[in-house]
Amino acid sequence: MRIVTARRVCQVFFFLLFIWFCLAATLGDAWWQLRGWPINWFIQLDPLVALGTVLSAATLQKGLQWALATVVLTIFLGRFFCGWVCPFGALHQFMGYMARQRTKTSARVRLNTYRPAQAVKYALLIFLLAGLIWRSGPVAIYGLQIGLLDPMVLLHRSVNLVLLPLAGTVLPGPVSAPRFYSDAALIGTVFLAALLLNLYVPRFYCRFICPLGALLGLIGRWAPWRIHKTRDPCTDCRLCESNCEGACEPKGKIRISECLLCMNCIGDCHDGLMAYDSGSAPAGIQSAADISRRQVLTAFVGAAIFWPVLRLDGNAGPGWNPKRIRPPGAVSEEEFLRRCIKCGQCMRVCPTNVIHPAGLQFGMEALWTPVLMFRLGTSGCQVNCIACSHLCPTGALRPVSLAERQGTGEFESSGALKMGTAFMDRGRCLAWAMGTPCIVCQENCPVSPKAIITRERFEAVPSAGELIVAGVAGRRVPLRGAALAPGRFAGGDYFCRLEGLDPSAQQRIIGNDKDSLHLSAPFHSSPPPGSRLRILIRLQQPYVMLERCIGCGICQHECPVSGKRAIRVTADNESRQPDHLLRPNEYL
Amino acid sequence: MTPDDSGALQSRRQFLRRLVSSGLFAAGVSAAGWWFYDRRSATGTATAEVSLPDFRVKNEPACMSIVHGSDRLESLRRALKALGGMERFVRPGDRVLLKVNAAFAVPPILSATSHPDLVAGAIDLCRQAGAVAVTVADNPINDPAACFALTGIGRAARQAGARVLLPQKRYFKPISVKDARLIRRWPVFYRPLENIDKVIGISPVKDHHRSGASMSIKNWYGLLGGQRSIFHQDINTIIRDLGLMMRPTLVILDGTVTMVANGPTGGSLSDLKRTDTMIVSTDQVAADAYGATLLGKIADDLPYIGMCRRAGLGTDDYRSLNPVVLSG
Repeated sequence: MRIVTARRVCQVFFFLLFIWFCLAATLGDAWWQLRGWPINWFIQLDPLVALGTVLSAATLQKGLQWALATVVLTIFLGRFFCGWVCPFGALHQFMGYMARQRTKTSARVRLNTYRPAQAVKYALLIFLLAGLIWRSGPVAIYGLQIGLLDPMVLLHRSVNLVLLPLAGTVLPGPVSAPRFYSDAALIGTVFLAALLLNLYVPRFYCRFICPLGALLGLIGRWAPWRIHKTRDPCTDCRLCESNCEGACEPKGKIRISECLLCMNCIGDCHDGLMAYDSGSAPAGIQSAADISRRQVLTAFVGAAIFWPVLRLDGNAGPGWNPKRIRPPGAVSEEEFLRRCIKCGQCMRVCPTNVIHPAGLQFGMEALWTPVLMFRLGTSGCQVNCIACSHLCPTGALRPVSLAERQGTGEFESSGALKMGTAFMDRGRCLAWAMGTPCIVCQENCPVSPKAIITRERFEAVPSAGELIVAGVAGRRVPLRGAALAPGRFAGGDYFCRLEGLDPSAQQRIIGNDKDSLHLSAPFHSSPPPGSRLRILIRLQQPYVMLERCIGCGICQHECPVSGKRAIRVTADNESRQPDHLLRPNEYL
Repeated sequence: MTPDDSGALQSRRQFLRRLVSSGLFAAGVSAAGWWFYDRRSATGTATAEVSLPDFRVKNEPACMSIVHGSDRLESLRRALKALGGMERFVRPGDRVLLKVNAAFAVPPILSATSHPDLVAGAIDLCRQAGAVAVTVADNPINDPAACFALTGIGRAARQAGARVLLPQKRYFKPISVKDARLIRRWPVFYRPLENIDKVIGISPVKDHHRSGASMSIKNWYGLLGGQRSIFHQDINTIIRDLGLMMRPTLVILDGTVTMVANGPTGGSLSDLKRTDTMIVSTDQVAADAYGATLLGKIADDLPYIGMCRRAGLGTDDYRSLNPVVLSG
């Protein structure tokens, strides 16, 4: 098999594997669902994720040691990951290939000429990591932002939150159920832009933007095995550059840091001069990345200033957005921002589609980190589910057990994990503001005993006015001069009370005509004609029990006031954040 | 290069040809405009309304059996046997819908949902009676897939050979129920009811803070779609409307374990009470009237039962059906 064919097979395999892992990240026990598939494997292979989290959180999260394999192989082989493994790279390569079916060789050679702008990716890499120089003890002060541009993370986010939901709209099925993601439009735009840039220059993202490619380029610069020309001078036909994916100029002094090991030059050279081995390279080799000291310094200083700027909006501190409800298992906000790479794995696996990528209203630093949005999704956050916490590749969500989540067993004394607290909006609640029975929130509260209780109240129905008994009142009470809509008070929620008597002297109305009421039982002592009556409605007005509410948002999701809900969860009293406590000593 | 492209003078023939094609193009555009022309403005979506058939077995008097025992399956078998067997209700060749209560994504031990063993048992009995197809469906409150998975109903039903139908948007149709006040042009989970001969409801006996109880009739709430929680403003009327909407072949009301508090979600074993009762009835009002006693209530405590009786949906005096009562 030709080496280029082997590379293509390899790329297709890893691309399909990637898609498969995305598909399999659904909750369930069928073979195609989450049951041991290493769905985070590509993220774990990614040295930038490993390096970024080590720099920011000072630990190498379990699973991320896979990145060492990539690093070691890259040290010896060069950027094999970019050319052979990276599914995002494969996608770019395919796009570039499709777009240039009819491009002349000479034009392709021009497109694949090295450009100084390829140094931008090194600057971006430095920019993304340099913000972490601000330290507090062993850990970084500011958040980790590598996920914005890291190709594994970007692709996961795009497939999880855009492509699979898109497939779900077109072709709904068990794997790709229709889903919403709040910031999908922006995420999709970025993804589409990254793809379309291939029409301008092949592998645009890999050459100019990819910070992982930059990192691997730096790691692989001394690789003992590399692509090189075995004889110099050659005929200078430049065919070796006609399909060069990395624009690394194999014709002359090859730029090792740019070479993606696509191996195209080996096949393209008519004289068979190109080789991948440890032999000598008469034309020489440029192993250093083409980035000047000045560029490095600019990126470094820029980041060192920009990261503190990101935090000036106060979102990570006292200005926290109360709608920022993190999934169960989320660590405290500062630690969370140090660890979350915005990959969207938690959002993909969430069985109720309630975890969403945060938009800019949660601060630029937290862009696309997971937050719970209870109006979207098929339910609130289910109290029997801990999937997201076990799936997080970087420990931004720490694995919690069902017992810990629900506060049972050994966690009995610490109580259930709280993501926030539901608050009644008495100005919008039907029972509080509209004199209308409802209590859907109370019924749906999944906590036992319920975190929403009700207070029974009987309120006069203003539209009924004051009624006067016209004759002998038994189970049927005739009324003088009344004009009630027949059946208006038949729903079982209406009661009739005699004015001026003991308020307990009231009976349930089971029906009415224009001028009489039907009661479930006669009054204890029959009221004389001329007695005054009032019609009352029985309301159950909901209250939230602060110490029981876990902030799951099921009440908010089910509230019939479907616009701005009458009961809404905010992150107050969330367990992970002691400074958001509402009650003293709650967790002592 | 053609004369046209070079901008040279057109010949008469070319001019006429162009005139004809331009004319056809213009006529086509005008015809399309005519075709789509709407002199009124948008009038909203008019959809055909359908109502549900009556699924009761014809010419059979209402009947009921009450079996006491701790084994659900055994109780179900005895209860049906006492009524003449499932064969009396399900005929060979019938297609049966089992409307389960899978409202919440909780395990069966919490008794907030129909028990999977009971669902499987009912499916077996239907198939033994000759049913050619059994469908199990519900439009739960929590996420449907999670509900059918966690309650165990999905797996139990599939293993027993039934088809499980989870709600999808296109499975709903607007329905107006005759004499109903609230179910007017309301989306109903209609797909499972298509080509169905018999409908059996299976539900647990549960406390319900708003209506007092959630039993057989309230179980049809799981066929409603849309923003159905607005119906809680008039809970008794909606339950009566559900009774009007669905005249089932049979209801199976499982009071083996009753959720006596914290309903309808429960969530703790302490919300449950062992009541060892299985009720099978063709009269869902009577079934609920008896079920109320398991919650320590009487039929009059639940306004919807009286409303159903007055609507002619059944009797709240279950004794009048001479129920077969078997003890454990």
